[in-house]
Order: sequence, then structure tokens, then C-alpha cells
Amino acid sequence: MLKFWNTSVGKKVVMGVTGLILVGFVIGHMVGNLQIFMGVERYNAYARLLQEDIIELTWAVRVTLLVSVILHALSAWQLTRRSWAARPVDYALREAQVSTYASRTMRWGGVFLFVFILVHLGQFTLGWTWLLPEYAKGAAYGNVVLAFERPFWVLFYLVAMFFLLLHLLHGTWAVLRTLGVAKNAAEPLARRIPVIIALLVTVGFSLVPLGVALGVVR
Amino acid sequence: MTGTMNITLKVWRQAGPTAPGKFETYTARDVSPESSFLEMLDVVNEKLVLEGKEPIAFDHDCREGICGMCGMMINGVAHGPSKLTTTCQLHMRSFKDGDSITLEPWRANAFPVIRDLVVDRSPLDRIIQAGGFISVPTGAPQDANALPIGKPEADEAMDAAACIGCGACVAACPNASASLFTAAKISHLGLLPQGQPERYRRALSMVTQMDLEGFGGCSLFGECMAACPKGISIDFIKRMNGDYVWGSVSARPEKTVLTSG
Amino acid sequence: MKLDAKIPSGPIQDKWDKHRFEMKLVNPANKRKYHVIVVGSGLAGASAAASMSELGYNVSCFAYQDSPRRAHSIAAQGGINAAKNYRNDGDSIWRLFYDTVKGGDFRAREANVYRLAQVSNNIIDQCVAQGVPFGREYGGLLANRSFGGAQVSRTFYARGQTGQQLLLGAYQALEKEIARGGVKMYNRHEMLDVVLVNGVARGIITRDLVTGKVEAHVADAVVLGTGGYGNVFYLSTNAQGCNVTAAYRAYKKGAAFANPCYTQIHPTCIPVAGEHQSKLTLMSESLRNDGRVWVPKKREDVGKKPSEIPEEDRDYYLERKYPSYGNLAPRDISSRAAKEACDDGRGVGPGGRGVYLDFSDSIKRLGAKEIGDRYGNLFEMYQRITDENPYEVPMRIYPASHYAMGGLWVDYNLMSTIPGLHVIGEANFSDHGANRLGASALMQGLADGYFVLPYTIGHYLASTKFEKVSTDHPEFRAALESVQQRTTRLLSINGKRSADSFHRALGKILWEHCGMARNAAGLTQALQEIPVLREEFWQNLTVPGTGDTFNQQLEKAGRVADFLEFAELLCIDALHREESCGGHFREEHQEAGEAKRNDEQFAYVAAWEYAGDGKAPVLNKEPLEFENVHLATRSYK
Repeated sequence: MLKFWNTSVGKKVVMGVTGLILVGFVIGHMVGNLQIFMGVERYNAYARLLQEDIIELTWAVRVTLLVSVILHALSAWQLTRRSWAARPVDYALREAQVSTYASRTMRWGGVFLFVFILVHLGQFTLGWTWLLPEYAKGAAYGNVVLAFERPFWVLFYLVAMFFLLLHLLHGTWAVLRTLGVAKNAAEPLARRIPVIIALLVTVGFSLVPLGVALGVVR
Repeated sequence: MTGTMNITLKVWRQAGPTAPGKFETYTARDVSPESSFLEMLDVVNEKLVLEGKEPIAFDHDCREGICGMCGMMINGVAHGPSKLTTTCQLHMRSFKDGDSITLEPWRANAFPVIRDLVVDRSPLDRIIQAGGFISVPTGAPQDANALPIGKPEADEAMDAAACIGCGACVAACPNASASLFTAAKISHLGLLPQGQPERYRRALSMVTQMDLEGFGGCSLFGECMAACPKGISIDFIKRMNGDYVWGSVSARPEKTVLTSG
Repeated sequence: MKLDAKIPSGPIQDKWDKHRFEMKLVNPANKRKYHVIVVGSGLAGASAAASMSELGYNVSCFAYQDSPRRAHSIAAQGGINAAKNYRNDGDSIWRLFYDTVKGGDFRAREANVYRLAQVSNNIIDQCVAQGVPFGREYGGLLANRSFGGAQVSRTFYARGQTGQQLLLGAYQALEKEIARGGVKMYNRHEMLDVVLVNGVARGIITRDLVTGKVEAHVADAVVLGTGGYGNVFYLSTNAQGCNVTAAYRAYKKGAAFANPCYTQIHPTCIPVAGEHQSKLTLMSESLRNDGRVWVPKKREDVGKKPSEIPEEDRDYYLERKYPSYGNLAPRDISSRAAKEACDDGRGVGPGGRGVYLDFSDSIKRLGAKEIGDRYGNLFEMYQRITDENPYEVPMRIYPASHYAMGGLWVDYNLMSTIPGLHVIGEANFSDHGANRLGASALMQGLADGYFVLPYTIGHYLASTKFEKVSTDHPEFRAALESVQQRTTRLLSINGKRSADSFHRALGKILWEHCGMARNAAGLTQALQEIPVLREEFWQNLTVPGTGDTFNQQLEKAGRVADFLEFAELLCIDALHREESCGGHFREEHQEAGEAKRNDEQFAYVAAWEYAGDGKAPVLNKEPLEFENVHLATRSYK
């Protein structure tokens, strides 16, 4: 097990598996969020379901997610250090040929997403008042509306969703290749399903802050 | 034949592995567009030699794109601007009069510079030593046609086997990863029935050796595939990963069997 | 010098089996005590080093490139012959043997060729087992094609990269043995001398091309698999680093050099484009299976576009002269016919040195797709170099120096006239006579390395008593010193011409006077010009830099120095051989434009013995006896 973790391919596989878990989570999370457009009762009932009725299951998911994020970030950090060490003297000139902007922003985009997750948890789950002074426990709908009435947070969330889009564009494509289960392709760099997943998730998420900002959700 | 051209070259000069390096500027005059890139460098070097200066060192041998000896970063692109082309097969008609060209060696911690544009690629040999072979001693085999191999499998194995070991994949990779090189050999042998007995053992030990040599990991940027003069697909990296995972899951401990005579 | 070929007695088909049984074996426990040096890591060197290591010998292998996988065997495109008769088209060991002797224009040693044909089948088995991805049929069996000069389909291939795949097979076997510890590999090392102790080869002197360190290496036997000397012509299809140095140094230490005038000029190469040219690129002669060779009938048409020349004004000269073989006539004949057409003022392209290889009829008959499937990679290569599209305009081709049939003389055991010094692959002379057939070089390199030398070297080691020798031995010290002195000398001339310019000048002399067609007057002139050029070399050479660093100019200068001496030997041999045979065409000896052999006087191997600097080499003759193939005029009409 340790031997597996100690190779670059092993770490990539860990990153891929945890990434898949996180992709599954963001899809579910996004679908859940969209209930905000069905009214305050429905949304708050959904929040209650997660936080009270099936709280044991929620914790199981939370622990899984926490472990996934830690392993995902740790493997990314170690692989990044490995690639820095692999080229101590950089080129004066190197022109990217086919790599996508998405693939080249995985690392710093990932760091931003990590910060975003902390902020997001602080605002809506942990109720850090320095992030959201009006936070009220149990009033999930109200908290969301209060946050996104501030243009700064709308912007912050939209930027984060942009990075999530990029991360998913490369990540959901790369993961099947990292795990060695993708099919051979005439154009291996072409990606269709990953684009659909990435767009669905990010557009779905973005609708919430946009809905509040545009007054659809109030 | 069209007119000749003048080219400005910015070349990395480094006297030895530990010596500091720097760029020097040279002018290549009256270059024929019909000449190859290395022939253009030959002319520059001839002039340097006659001036009593040390010529630009670069590796090259067959000059027909198959030995894998040549290779340099040409304006930030491994093997230069033509696709599926080694440096030696690049021709000056790809450039125009007045162009400025920056030349750098392959840069990777695993490929220390020997001199100027020449690097030490012996880590690639050691990756092969770790398992890039089928253990069949001379004289042991059965008749060649006793083992039919479907044409599609044989063709795919040949696609992977076309690797010339030039190191452009490492040079072009933002991570300086040797995954494409390693994957090509794992796939070539792993696709063939002859390679099955050692398939997973081979993947495990070659990947381990690749890491030991200090190459970066694979982020699937795809730059290696674009740089590869033989067009080797990153699909083979996928295959290597699959073999590695399955090999790790299914590995049996290797026993030492005692025999008595 | 006494030349004893040590050919076993008995019927030809039993010689090798009988010999294998009669040879002494080395006790398995003793094998690791023997140290064998292999110089070169091409098909012959790598396969020999790997096979001997598998047997248990302690092997050191040397290559001037940065990895054994770079050796120029890798560039062979077309294929490898074997007498498998998988096509049921009448092939057999006898037929491969017969074709090779006849193709070599009856100047090869029968017994060696028969053995080559015998082991050809083992080579294919071995390579398949190693994972060489040969071309296959949909049924899963190996594919074959017919190849230059053969009327059966016996050539196995891996796309247009057969040499690469076979070399990688041998390379992988070699790396396996390096990992196991049986072979110690010395990359970027060049052999600069062979060391004899009491007349027996006991080691070599090398220069580490990275550090410049000159070192001595002791062994019980030395094997040269150092390839051919085609680069003596400067422009050739060989790799830039290919050289005669190892073979020539062995010659100067007493190894006879056999038939140096047998050089193969390959008919299908891309013509010279200009003065800058550093090498010529070969295109597989499999192209001649579907391409038709022609030049304009009229001299005034050479400047026209090929499409403007009507069918009736084209001279398909190979089809005209050799109706039964047509465009598939053997290499020497095709090359010479191209030269004749160009000499006649009907050559096309820059400098009038080219003939057309036209695929338009085949494209009409088979479709562009089928032609693309067969030759796509070659067409791409041609277009990359010339910027012309062969699907639309005919290719232009011209012959270029490609292969050396001549080489160090060896006996049946592949040992040279220096005891302990074995020579394999292109570096020896034995199997191809005066002309090599297509797809036979790969076969010979691997036959020597996998299936002949590993047996014969055991016999040598088992039947020889070795005195203990170290690098402190006076012979080693003297050799080391002389190598160092020579390096110092090259560096201290401080003249005004580069090694490359001398090489280019030498190439011009040889191509002009000792190329595809030779005559006494030209050869005599070459023999006057070469010493003058050599004299200038040692007066006017400049090599920048020092001897203790990576210095490519110094490497080149050393190789050119040897070429400048060797070229003279080549011309001497060409002048003495008053006949036309295979790659050696003497204009004085022809009949109606066809080569005329002289079997009464020249059915022998010319093995030249070094007699000292400034002295004429001594000619030794090994008579060739043909008991199984009847001497006949080689006719491809």
C-alpha cells in the first residue's frame, strides 16, 4: 500500500479516485442547491433533512469528503514538488503546443478552490460570523440570500466556479486515463462528456448567487 | 531553389556539467532553404572552427530521424516547429530570412547537460533495464508462427514500439516526466502475447525506476505527444497506469524457492 | 601470412552441425572467468554481447553513441530474409543459400553463406519471442514480401522500420543482461586501438568521449562489431559517426582486410540538393516493387516537368534492359544503370544527377490509398526532405554509398588473422561476396551475434591457454601512449582546415574515381591524390579545444585520419581486381555494357596485410571454391 502511494502513478491514482468522489459530491451538491428556486420551505426542509434527519449519513459523507480532499491535495502537493524538482533549471523559452489552459491551471486553481472550500464552509456550515455576520443557524435559505446580496460574495463565488469549471474540464477527462479505464481514441486530447459535466456543474452552482443577485431568489 | 537567408541564433553554451551556461548569439549567413537544420549548424560550426573557436556541441548520428540521438529545444519547441519530425529532419524552409532562433538543450534534472546542447539520457536506458524486455534467452524459442497474433494487436504494439528514445517527451513535458517513454515500452511488450508473463511485474518495476531517476509525474498535458517525432499516443500512458494499478492489486509476493541438487 | 578459413569437411549441409559438435565447450562454472570485449552495439554487437552474457561470460560492450539503441542498424528499413517458406512458394535453405551466393556474384565463401541461410530461420523465431512486432496477416501469422532481387517472398518486416525493431529487440536483451550484471556497458566510448600480447588480441584502448580519458581494457577475447566503412565516400546513407577506425586499427595490428573494394551503392536514395549536404537518405528499395524507374529518352527533355514528357519519350531503362527482373534488378545493376543514364546527359533534377521513380501507374492501378498503405511513411519522408509530393510528381532518386561488403577477413569461426580478435556483422567480409542482396544485412548481423559467435568463441576460449595480463603490461602501456600521442598530435597541428573539409575532399576523390564505375586511370589518379590530401591533413588540420573534454571535432579528426589511410587501401584493391563483379565495376571489363567477371584469375578473396607505414600492403589470396553452386554469369535479363 505504502509502496503504491510512493510512486508517481500511485499518487496520481489516489488523486484520481478522490477526485471522482469529489466530482460525485459536487454534482449532488449542485442538484441539492437548485432547490432554492423551489422556495424557502422546500430549501430549509432539505437543509433540515441533511443536518438532523439523516445526520449520521451526513457525517459519513463529511468524513469521506474530508479524507478525499486531504488526500487529493496532499498528492497534488507532492506531485507538484516532484515536478519542480524534475526541472530545476527552466527553459528561457518554452511554447505550450497542445496543453489546455485548464490543465495548466490545475495547481493554482486547485489552491484557490481549497481556499474557497474553507470560506464556503465557514459561511454556510460553520457559521463564522466574520464571514457572514447575520448567519442564523437553521435558516439556510436566509443565509444564502443574505450572503449573495453582497456583490463581493457573488463575484467571489463566480470566480471560484470559473476555477471549478477549469478543474473539472481537465480533471474529469484525465481521471479515466489516470485509472487506465478510458478507451483508445484517435484524438486522445478531445473531450466531450467532461465538457458537459463541467458546464452543468458550474452553471448549476452559479445560478444560486446569480439568482439572488438578480432578485429571482429573495 | 529559392534565395538563401540569414538567421540569428541564440544558443545555450555550457562547457561542462557543472560549468555555468549562458546564451551566445551567432549569425548563420546564406543558409539554403534546402539544407537541414543540422546542416545549417554544421555551417555555423565550420566557421567557428576556422576562427579557432569551439563549435556548438550537439548530438546527432543517423540524420534520418530514427536513431533518436539528436534533439534540442528550437524556439521553445522540442525538435522545432514541424510536427512528427526530429531535429535532423527539420529543414530550413520551415524558417524565413531574418528569423531569430533560440536553441536550448533538453532540460530535466534527470538529463544533466554534458556540453552545450548535449545531455545525458542514460536514465532512459536504466528504465529499460528495470524491465523493458521479454526474458527469453537466445536459442530457446518455438517456431515464429506457432503463436498467432492478431493484426490489430500487432499494429498497436508496433505503434508503441516506434519510440526512438530521443527524450523529446521529457523535454516538452511541463513536469519533465518520462511517462510517454516508459509507457511506450510497457505497452509495446504488454500488448503482445509474448509479453504477458512479465506484464505487470514489468509495469511495476519500470514505473518505480522512472520515479527513482527523478522524472516528474504525468499531468496528462499532452505536450509529450505533440513533441513526439513518432506520434506516440498518450493512450499508452493510460495503458501503463492501468497495468500499474492492476499489477499492484494482483501482485503475488515473489518467493525464493530453495532447490536441492 | 597463411589464410586458413577452417572450413569443416563434409557435405555443405552438415558442416555447421558437425562443427558445432566438434567445437570444445567451456565448463559453465568457468564461463564467468572469461572476459570478452565487444566493440559496437548494433545488431551484431548487441546480439553477441547479450547472448554471450546469457551463456555466462563476463562481457564488456562499447559504443560511441550515448546508448546502444542508437547504432546505425536502427536505420535499416526494408526487412530481414529467412528461408521459412511460409508462403509455400518454393523457398528453402538451399534457395536462400543459392540466391545469396549468386547475388554476391560468386565472391563469397560457400560454407559461410550456407550457415547463414540455415540459421536465418532461428533468427525470426528469436526475434518474435523477444517481442519484435513484425507485420502480420489478419489470420495472425507473419507477413512476408518479396524484396530486391528475390523471386520468392521471404522478407519479414516491421513497417518501414525493421532494423529499428530488430535492434530494439537486441538492445532490450542487452539491457536485460546489463541489469543482471553480465554485461558492463560503456556508452560514449570510442575504441582507438586493439592490444596484442604475444600476437594474441588481449584488449583494447578506448577514449571516453565525455571526459577524454584514454583507458586500457584487458580481456580474453575481443569482438569487433563496428559496422562498415561507407562513410569513406563522405556522402553516404551511413550515420555521421560511422567509421573505419576500429577495423583499420586492427588492420594495422595485423588483421587482414578483405575485399575493401566491394562497396555497395544503393540505387534508391534522395539525390544531393547542394553543397551543404551532410548525408544522403535512403528510401527502402521496396519502393521499386510498385515504382517505375525512368529518364527522358531525349537529352533536351531533362529540364521539362515530368508530366510534360509523353509516355513515348520516356525511357524505362531497367524494364528495357532487364525484362525479367525489370525495376527489381539487384542493387549494383540498378545503380550502375542510373549512372549510365545520367552520364548520358539524361539525368534529372539539380546537377542532372537523378532519375525518376514514378508511382503514377501503380496509383492508377491500385489507388492512392493502397499505395499510401504500402509506402506512406516513405512518401512522407521524401516530402519532408524535398518538399515535393510523390503522389503527384515522380520521386527523384540517385544511388549513394550504403554498405560495405568488404571488411576484416575472418575464418569460419569469425576470427580474424589475429588470434582472439573476432569480427562480426558488416565489419567482416564473409557472407555477401561482391554484392549484398536486400534484407540480408540484418540477417547476417543477427546470425553472427546470436547463433554463430556464441559457439565459436567458446571453442576459442576453451582451446587457448591464457597468460595473466594486466593493463600494466608493456604492450598495453605502449598502445595507450601511442593513442595519447596521436590525440596530442591532432590537437597541435593548428592549421587552417577543418576535419570535415578534408573528409568532404576525400569523399569527392573516391566518388569520382572509385564509385559506381572504376577504371585503372581514375584509380591511379586517386592513388596520387589521396596521399597528397593526407599530407595536407597532417599539416593543415585545425581542431579547436582540448583532449580532456567532450570534443566532437577531435573525434571527427581521428576518424578522418583513418579514412585517409584506408581510402588508399580501397583504391589499391580496386585497381588490382581486374574484373567486374558485384559492386566493383571496372569499365575495362564489360561485355555489351554488362559486368564481366574473371573467374579464372580472380575467384579469390583479396586479404590485404599491413606491411608498415609507407609500404605497399601485401596481398594474400584465399581461393574460393564453388562445389555446390555452379559458377555462372549473373544474368537478370
